[in-house]
Amino acid sequence: MNTSITLLVVAVLTVIGFYMGRRQALGVADGLPARLHSLPSYYGYFVAIWCGLPTLALLAAWLILQPIIVDGLVIGSLPAAQQNLAPDRLGLLLNDIRNIAKGEAASETTAVVVAAAKRYNELTSLGNWMLAACALALAAAGLVMARNRVAPGLRARNLVERVLMGVLILASLLAILTTIGIVASLLLESIRFFDKIPFWEFLFGTKWSPQTALRADQVGQSGSFGAIPIFAGTALITLIAMAVAVPVGLFSAIYLSEYAKPSVRSTIKPIMEILAGIPTVVYGFFAALTVAPVIRDAGEAIGLSVASESALAAGVVMGVMIIPFVSSLSDDVISAVPQSLREGAYGLGATKAETVRNIIVPAALPGIVGAVLLAVSRAIGETMIVVMAAGLAANLTANPFEAVTTVTVQIVTLLVGDQEFDSAKTLAAFALGLVLFVFTLCLNVIALRIVRKYRERYE
Amino acid sequence: MNNGTASIAAGDRQPSAIAETVKSGLRRRHASEVRLKIYGLMAIGFALVALFILLLSVISKGYSAFQQTHINLEVYFDAEKIDPGGTRKIEDLRRGDYEGVARTAIRSAFPDAKGRRDRRALGKMLSTGAADNLRRMVLSNPKIIGTRRHVWLLASDELDMLNKGYAKRNPDGSATKVSGKQVTWFDALAKKGAVERQFNWRFLTGGDSREPEQAGIWGAVVGSGLTMIVTLLLAFPVGVMAAIYLEEFAPKNRWTDLIEVNINNLAAVPSIVFGLLGLAVFLGFFGLPRSAPLIGGMVLALMTLPTLIIAARAALKAVPPSIREAAYGLGASRVQVVMHHVLPLSMPGILTGTIIGMAQALGETAPLLMVGMVAFIVDVPSGITDAATVLPVQVYIWADSPERAFEEKTAAAIMVLLAFLILMNAIAIILRKKFERRW
Repeated sequence: MNTSITLLVVAVLTVIGFYMGRRQALGVADGLPARLHSLPSYYGYFVAIWCGLPTLALLAAWLILQPIIVDGLVIGSLPAAQQNLAPDRLGLLLNDIRNIAKGEAASETTAVVVAAAKRYNELTSLGNWMLAACALALAAAGLVMARNRVAPGLRARNLVERVLMGVLILASLLAILTTIGIVASLLLESIRFFDKIPFWEFLFGTKWSPQTALRADQVGQSGSFGAIPIFAGTALITLIAMAVAVPVGLFSAIYLSEYAKPSVRSTIKPIMEILAGIPTVVYGFFAALTVAPVIRDAGEAIGLSVASESALAAGVVMGVMIIPFVSSLSDDVISAVPQSLREGAYGLGATKAETVRNIIVPAALPGIVGAVLLAVSRAIGETMIVVMAAGLAANLTANPFEAVTTVTVQIVTLLVGDQEFDSAKTLAAFALGLVLFVFTLCLNVIALRIVRKYRERYE
Repeated sequence: MNNGTASIAAGDRQPSAIAETVKSGLRRRHASEVRLKIYGLMAIGFALVALFILLLSVISKGYSAFQQTHINLEVYFDAEKIDPGGTRKIEDLRRGDYEGVARTAIRSAFPDAKGRRDRRALGKMLSTGAADNLRRMVLSNPKIIGTRRHVWLLASDELDMLNKGYAKRNPDGSATKVSGKQVTWFDALAKKGAVERQFNWRFLTGGDSREPEQAGIWGAVVGSGLTMIVTLLLAFPVGVMAAIYLEEFAPKNRWTDLIEVNINNLAAVPSIVFGLLGLAVFLGFFGLPRSAPLIGGMVLALMTLPTLIIAARAALKAVPPSIREAAYGLGASRVQVVMHHVLPLSMPGILTGTIIGMAQALGETAPLLMVGMVAFIVDVPSGITDAATVLPVQVYIWADSPERAFEEKTAAAIMVLLAFLILMNAIAIILRKKFERRW
């Protein structure tokens, strides 16, 4: 039987369980709900949970375990010659068997493989039938047992609410699990990378050329995984982006919160927020096909040699993308400066500009610094703009007219396309990812702390 | 400010002298006031101009992709080529040499072209898609075999670029990627009125193709739709449940503090890191299929989850305590208060946050590159485990293609993507306007 049909049947049984439980409850109470501890529908939920929850757990466990067991049995049934293959060859063979079993094309169609595929299909369908039988039996057993437990004194609501609370807690733990997953996957792959390439060489080496490392005769690969040029390129593009985003974002925030009329403010602000809603791939297109040629032509007109993938183009466009980020965050902190400070300054005869410069900006400075740090972390992690508009070659330069590469560009170029999973080249991407994650995390923690401290000061 | 201190220090001076000091500084102070205002206006102006140029460059590059150049030719549906066996069976008709039919059609329009090279150059003026068009005509009506008809056939992308004015005409008569003879032939056809730009349905309804004139975005739109469905189904229930727990039930202790800090930090983790997570865990560890909307949706769900939780918590927090107290007063349990009263009242806010989170996920590219959704896929995906690509990744793939004709397709795909985003945000705004409640 098909797994989805099994699932459907279990779902139907669960619904039936709900109605049976409710009816049973009303039955044992002689039709007087007031005699029950809980509302009748809670008895329904109680039965439904007992019917559905254990069965779902069984289904999940079975679906994870079944392929492993079937693979083992199929391999066990192969002739000895195939069983003694190297693990990777065996994996390929198993892939062929699965493909034939599914009726798809395979690279090897010997009689052995076809027979194994037949066995694979038999075992899989046997497993599915067994799963269906077990799941239905469990569901039915849960249903009957829970139904028999229904009694006026049963604290059904408390039991149901306890299960619900468990589910809620599980949901909120998923965020923690995600973090653990990120840290674990990045760390594990990075450790494998640092087995091949020394840690200090990666952090402080000045030559990055991962492509050459694929050659078999380059076992040491000394120097080709030095990440300094990549970090420098990231820093250069981030710096350019900040040079655009910070002044523009800050001045527009000051204007909007101190000078603009409410009507102007309420129209301009959403329009600027549009900049934040545009997908980054669109900025990438804009940078690569509109801004970069303009900068190159302008540079050539005044006699500068500008690379067509210059850091300047990527950086400026990234800056434009980050403007609303800086402006709305600084707008928040500027608006949070108490009105009394402003009025005090006006009372002493200060002009608006003087109030802004000498009172508001110093008061809001920690918040503004936090906003800028968050924007920096955004710029460092931004991927599509630099993938499309920045270069691939790792140049160690501070010249914004040359092409540089960034951490995110390297991660993408190392991982897009088919590679073996454990070459130093792919693992390097995870090491870069780890650096990116740790760095942005530190920036965020510091920034959030600064912003929170600042907020507490005026609340 | 310095003027102020100066005048206080000189408190025993004549009032007129103080006024004099203040006045002498006034011009400078007002000038700096104006300067600050101008800086602010310039900053806002810069942002708005950048937005305007961005949209303008996309639209001006992309609008032409919605039309495609077609050539009107008299086509002889040669039975010898289409159905040499004479069986008229569907499967035989499907296999006919329609490219030969199309080639013959354009050659017979220019009988003067004799040499092999010229004849081949003539054949190259039509797209390979022209043959598909003829095949469809024959399959829907086999009776046309043996007749002559005037048919609008799809021109090659080079001619399309020439017709739209993107290919530069050289002084020697040739143009970019088009030879001098082809240009002459094309101009002759255009003079006859046999060249037309028709609405490009194929772009909106077809899958991807290596040939720019045949490339469409429907495959990517469906891929995006499937991915978004997976994301929504995973992220919405989990996000709402997590928000309910953290906002309504969680005790204030170090554990929940940790979860909270964790969620705030996850919201700021670069999206590409989620792609690495998906690659290592979903593809590497669990061995799930590459390039599938299922995996893309799972990765995007993890990515949007923090945003969604934060939005849902804000919506739950906005429900006033009086509602809760009234429910408690009527004897509801804590769970009942939340499930029966607080959650329904905060639903519009939660939905608004969800739509905005989904819009973000729709535009996301980098994590999907990591899980292999960047493959070249012609077929429109039919399920969440089929290989697929999504709109923003399609934009990236096309932007990377060397053919000039893909540039307008890229910009047009961006227009479609932006249209979807505008639609989603508009729904969110309407929802907020309609259900917003002031307590």
